Amino acid sequence: MKKLDLPRRKLLGRALALGAITALPACNYDDPANPDLADKFLLAMSRWNDRVQAALFSRHTLAPTFSAAQITEPPRFNAFYDISQAPVVDPASYQLELSGQIQEKAPWSLAQLRALPQESQITRLVCVEGWRVIGQWAGVPLGSFLKRIGADTTCRYVSFKCADGYYSSIDMESALHPQTLMALDFLNAPLTPAFGAPMRIRIPTKLGFKNPKLVISMNVGNVYTGGYWEDQGYNWFSGS
Amino acid sequence: MQNSFGQAGGAQAQTPPMRQARSGPRRAIHPWPLRVMHWLNALAIVMMIGSGWQIYDASPLFGFTFPHEITIGGWLGAAIAWHLAFMWLLAGNGLFYLLWGFASGHFRRKFWPLSVAQALRETGAALRLQLPHRRGVYNAVQRLLYAGVIVAAALAVISGLAIWKPVQLWFFTDLLGGYFVARYVHFFAMVAITGFLAIHLLLVALVPKVLPPMIFGGKAEEDR
Repeated sequence: MKKLDLPRRKLLGRALALGAITALPACNYDDPANPDLADKFLLAMSRWNDRVQAALFSRHTLAPTFSAAQITEPPRFNAFYDISQAPVVDPASYQLELSGQIQEKAPWSLAQLRALPQESQITRLVCVEGWRVIGQWAGVPLGSFLKRIGADTTCRYVSFKCADGYYSSIDMESALHPQTLMALDFLNAPLTPAFGAPMRIRIPTKLGFKNPKLVISMNVGNVYTGGYWEDQGYNWFSGS
Repeated sequence: MQNSFGQAGGAQAQTPPMRQARSGPRRAIHPWPLRVMHWLNALAIVMMIGSGWQIYDASPLFGFTFPHEITIGGWLGAAIAWHLAFMWLLAGNGLFYLLWGFASGHFRRKFWPLSVAQALRETGAALRLQLPHRRGVYNAVQRLLYAGVIVAAALAVISGLAIWKPVQLWFFTDLLGGYFVARYVHFFAMVAITGFLAIHLLLVALVPKVLPPMIFGGKAEEDR
């Protein structure tokens, strides 16, 4: 049996080198306005992942649907603030503002949106954190609404602004996906403020944070507008 | 018992000298493509596990979280960015390795035959310090561990795709029993790889002479 001769100093050196490599990306996207080398690398990879996801995406591939028995009770609240701080938008005076490459830019009231053909779906919302809930949303398919208002669907982006200061944007292909809804109802009742009242965008082919709540304005255009989490480093496309 | 794995070792080692007769210089223990892929994979694995632990901590599957100090990224958004950046290195390098392993005969020479029974016998021999180390020849335990970690890594990649794209790549998600189950598969694939890594690093620490050949190539021993 050979005597063990551990080169301790070498091992220690290697352990330290490994530590240095792993310490390098210790914390990233600390200051999105001043990206360091690691941030730039991650941003470049994130843009690459956007392109891959856009190529993988198909308007004909549907997100799975579920039965009423599979609905998660109670639904899980998630936002960048506590549930008690969710702003309340008065449904009577609510106006959805439209801007950008749209022919008919007149704002829409909640009553007008409710008068449009509605669709209902029981789908899964997957959070970027990993958990998922199943819920039933109903509302106006975004694709049919975009056509109704004469939006230029050759544009690249549809951007949303929310009453709570949140904002996000999606690719046109996802906006035209048949399961992408301007949701007005949850579990056959109007949305509550914490879950996005009066209107939220519901996209079962994207992660939860790409489903903006309390949407008060919509823009169609070719200028990238990012998003609340996206600007802090979350992947923009974030498709499922 | 000695005889049985002596035979296997002999059969294993007979191929290299015949090839050397033609090629002249003795073959490296680890040919250069393998060494390049090994270290690229080492980097990818460290980055994937470190960032994966941070992602796990955002929504733990079990009643524990990984200490922040040993995770990579600092927060969820950065951890996901590292994870989805290095997944390309892990999967791309892994794919090259599989193609190279089959095409070059590396898997056939080094890993075949796989035998659980023999691996158990040799584990006993190793624990009694009676298992000889032959440079460039893997014993049954090594063969089983190396083949096993390849399977675990492949499972980690497939379950990772199933979690990343449960709609577009639904066939992977369905194959693993849905999104919820795929997260557990992904976790336990990580556990298997981490377990392998612990044994792997322990053995390198105990037998440090195996490290230089993985950097410089080394020279395989003649058949004995």
